Amino acid sequence: MNSETGTETCADRVERFGYLARRLVRPLHRSLLNRRRLTLGSAAAAAAAISLPTLAEARNPFEFPTPVTPVAHDTLYVHDLFLAVMAVVFGIGMCVLLYSVIQHRKSRGYSPAAFSGPKTLGQWMVVVVPVLALAFIDYVVMGIPSYYAVVAMANTREDAALVVKATASQWKWRYEYPDQEIAFTSSLSTPRAQIESGSPTDPHYLYEVDNPLVLPAGKKVRILLVSLDVIHSWWVPAFGVKQDAVPGFLRETWVKIEKPGIYRGQCGELCGTGHAFMPIVVVAKAEPAFERWVAQTQNGEKAVALAEEQPLSRNDLLARGKTAYETNCAPCHQITGLGLPGAIPPLAAGQAFTATPELTDKLAQLGTYRDGKIVLVPVDRQLGIVLHGISGTPMPAFGLQLGDADIAAIVTYVRNSFGNHTGDVVQPAAVKSARVQAN
Amino acid sequence: MSSVSAYVNEHEHEHDHKPRGLARWLFTTNHKDIGILYMLFGVTFFLVGGLFAELIRAQLIHPANHVLTPELYNQAITLHGLVMVFAALMPVTAGFANYVIPLMIGAPDMALPRLNNWGFWLLPPAAVVLVFPGILQLFGVGNGPIDTGWTIYAPLSVRSGLGVDFAIFAIVLLGASSLMASINIIVTIFNMRAPGVTMMKLPLFAWSWLITAFLLIAVFPALIAGGLMLLTDRHFGTHFFSAAGGGDPVLWEHLFWFFGHPEVYILLLPTAGLLSHILSAFARKPIFGYRAQVYAYWTIGVLSVIVWAHHMFTSGMPIAGQLYFMYSTMAISIPVTVLFICWLGTIWRGALSFETPMLFALGYIGLFGIGGLTGLTLADAVADQQYHNSYYLVAHFHYTLFGGPIMGVMAAAYFYLPKITGHMYSERAGRWHFWLCIIGFNLTFIPQFLAGIAGAERRVVDYPIQFAGFHMASSIGAFILGAAQLLLVYNIVVAWRGRTEPASARVWEGAQGLEFTLPSPPPYHTFAERPAVV
Repeated sequence: MNSETGTETCADRVERFGYLARRLVRPLHRSLLNRRRLTLGSAAAAAAAISLPTLAEARNPFEFPTPVTPVAHDTLYVHDLFLAVMAVVFGIGMCVLLYSVIQHRKSRGYSPAAFSGPKTLGQWMVVVVPVLALAFIDYVVMGIPSYYAVVAMANTREDAALVVKATASQWKWRYEYPDQEIAFTSSLSTPRAQIESGSPTDPHYLYEVDNPLVLPAGKKVRILLVSLDVIHSWWVPAFGVKQDAVPGFLRETWVKIEKPGIYRGQCGELCGTGHAFMPIVVVAKAEPAFERWVAQTQNGEKAVALAEEQPLSRNDLLARGKTAYETNCAPCHQITGLGLPGAIPPLAAGQAFTATPELTDKLAQLGTYRDGKIVLVPVDRQLGIVLHGISGTPMPAFGLQLGDADIAAIVTYVRNSFGNHTGDVVQPAAVKSARVQAN
Repeated sequence: MSSVSAYVNEHEHEHDHKPRGLARWLFTTNHKDIGILYMLFGVTFFLVGGLFAELIRAQLIHPANHVLTPELYNQAITLHGLVMVFAALMPVTAGFANYVIPLMIGAPDMALPRLNNWGFWLLPPAAVVLVFPGILQLFGVGNGPIDTGWTIYAPLSVRSGLGVDFAIFAIVLLGASSLMASINIIVTIFNMRAPGVTMMKLPLFAWSWLITAFLLIAVFPALIAGGLMLLTDRHFGTHFFSAAGGGDPVLWEHLFWFFGHPEVYILLLPTAGLLSHILSAFARKPIFGYRAQVYAYWTIGVLSVIVWAHHMFTSGMPIAGQLYFMYSTMAISIPVTVLFICWLGTIWRGALSFETPMLFALGYIGLFGIGGLTGLTLADAVADQQYHNSYYLVAHFHYTLFGGPIMGVMAAAYFYLPKITGHMYSERAGRWHFWLCIIGFNLTFIPQFLAGIAGAERRVVDYPIQFAGFHMASSIGAFILGAAQLLLVYNIVVAWRGRTEPASARVWEGAQGLEFTLPSPPPYHTFAERPAVV
């Protein structure tokens, strides 16, 4: 029993399992539990020597991140167990191979035997015992802990103190706390200058977001996963959890973080060109601190909601629009607003664009494309496109992800940048009414 | 047996009226010519696929690198996978089947020679179709070749550019080609064996290809059907893979992996068969456990089609599904262990010598051993959440696919090169090739195991600086590994030009089998009259 958390680990369950498991598996398990951190052995050390630059900052860069959830404990336990067993199996095989290579050489004048299969009982034992041993390793040493781990992993609902819904889209996460009425978008905050510099200095390069997911430590949190476009995957290595977000379906997983801290991960399924730039950062707070955060955020969201309705100056809109554009739009439409030839249309009126008829027909229907060139549509139509996306294309519905002020700022920015000089100023109130109109 | 080769020699000139020049290769129905075409095609695309790998490693050598744009990077990882699997490894193993199996079983040719020609000549257009969008892009049409990863997961592949359409057409062509080759091999093995070559005297390479051929026929149609469904989703408004219309993106994963997992064994089995011949030749000792190996092939073949969803543990699966796919996957380790024991039993107490084919064969046992054992950890449905799509997974499948099939193909290439060309390759260059492969390969992929365990995500164009050391080591390893392959090309050229020592009929002191009773190179037509094997 893990005394810190009161959570039953795989080892405890194996202890319970029965005579066979106790007699045969427990000694191995014991030695592992005592030496959790020693696994890969000399191969790891050899390769780690090559990776010395990274050793300086991480405690053990060639190891699992320190596990902080029951699932991660199970995983690390099983991983250590497997690798220890594998190392023994591989070691025995290689010893046989090397002995033969050294001893049974033609150059030593060794004359070959002529056998082509086991004959005596002893020879049969040599052949059959390894196979039986492997079956035992598969279905007892590994099979029993794995069974319990699978069952525990699937139990997402029992005792869940909090439900969080994570919505994936290219290339950010949106987190909602339905009971607390909190919702925010979380996207990469590493500055583009760092990414383009060629030599990043930021210690959490590509592992940092504007709004991290905040979770209570010591409580079971049920995480629901959905996706708005393609398959993404929510993965935080220290939690041992990776679950795909499949568009059109609800997936779920759970975490129970034992220690407050900051945990970092990335999207775990190839989701397009921004796949490398879709981090997950979780801040686990102890119970009182978490409650405070909830209250503050709720108040803050109300204040933000109020502020959202206030009109903004043209300069404020442009500045806010530039930042929001670079986070949300530039991954596809590019910083320059020129898009990608053949795939993502430019945003400047009069720019030439060629693509499949399927895409250009859709754009033409919306009025943004005529005679091979991009046309700037009226404000209300453009708001409609940004709020609801264009189905069948990579353009997502930003109405689900961004607030009124951000959308107003982005549209203002786009209509006054990249060679567009409409002079239009779009206020949050216009976005709000555009949302209502569509409903 | 010696009377057989005497007969062939006498009549060599009468039968050897092959056409000259390009026409010989375009219209050939000769199994040896077609085998050589397959092998040259495979080696060419092995180098092309390797070039993509080097591009990937050049991009990843340090964080925030800009050798490739994210678009080009995604295209490079996709083409690396597709080219290596479909255009390098499968053609090479099919080439060995074409060249060697008729010789091994005493058949004059493949059973369906014209089909054989057609099967091969579908490959070059397929390869062109696969990379053609890259050329179109240069002229401003579309946005380049397929960029979805070789797994082509929907809905990313539904939304991606026209590269996906071209890739689907390429896969359909490759599938048709593979099905033809498979049918041909099955018919040949069942009907064309010389008198006395009963099924349980069939050389292991022929057995392993027989099962491979059945696997291909069983699973390739699933990929072709999936590809066509994807095509109709993309262009004709169907919703097989879209929840909005009642479909399911995970359906694609099932179709893909129903093909994709047996594909691993399709690549592996032929080289497992060859390995036994090579180990036996250089141990100067009969193959150990012939029957056990045949039964192991069958068991692997059957198991391989019922374990596919272990590639999908993170996609959201009920408990029963996770447990079933976990335990059934573990079962595969048992027949594979049987193979390992048979390989070790074959060299045990032999009189070993270490020519290049033997070196690669021993390297196969070691590297594939690591690949197989790390595969067991991936079978655990919960631990897999940590390994899946991390660099641990990348390292694992390169240990199985490079450590197994590619090492096996190298061993077989050096084993049969003197037989095919009639001249020896440079043993010195061969040894260098082997040792550089071993050093380069391990330096590439051991750091990837460690990076993956530490949480490094794969298929990313840029990465957190925590993983910089691993990636640097891995890239250096990959450059060594890539450069080493030029020695293979050098050796092929050396043997082909024929200025080295001529190879004897037996080539290797311990070589067994009908193919080594024929002169090197074998005459254009062999076994026009059936040899009798007792």
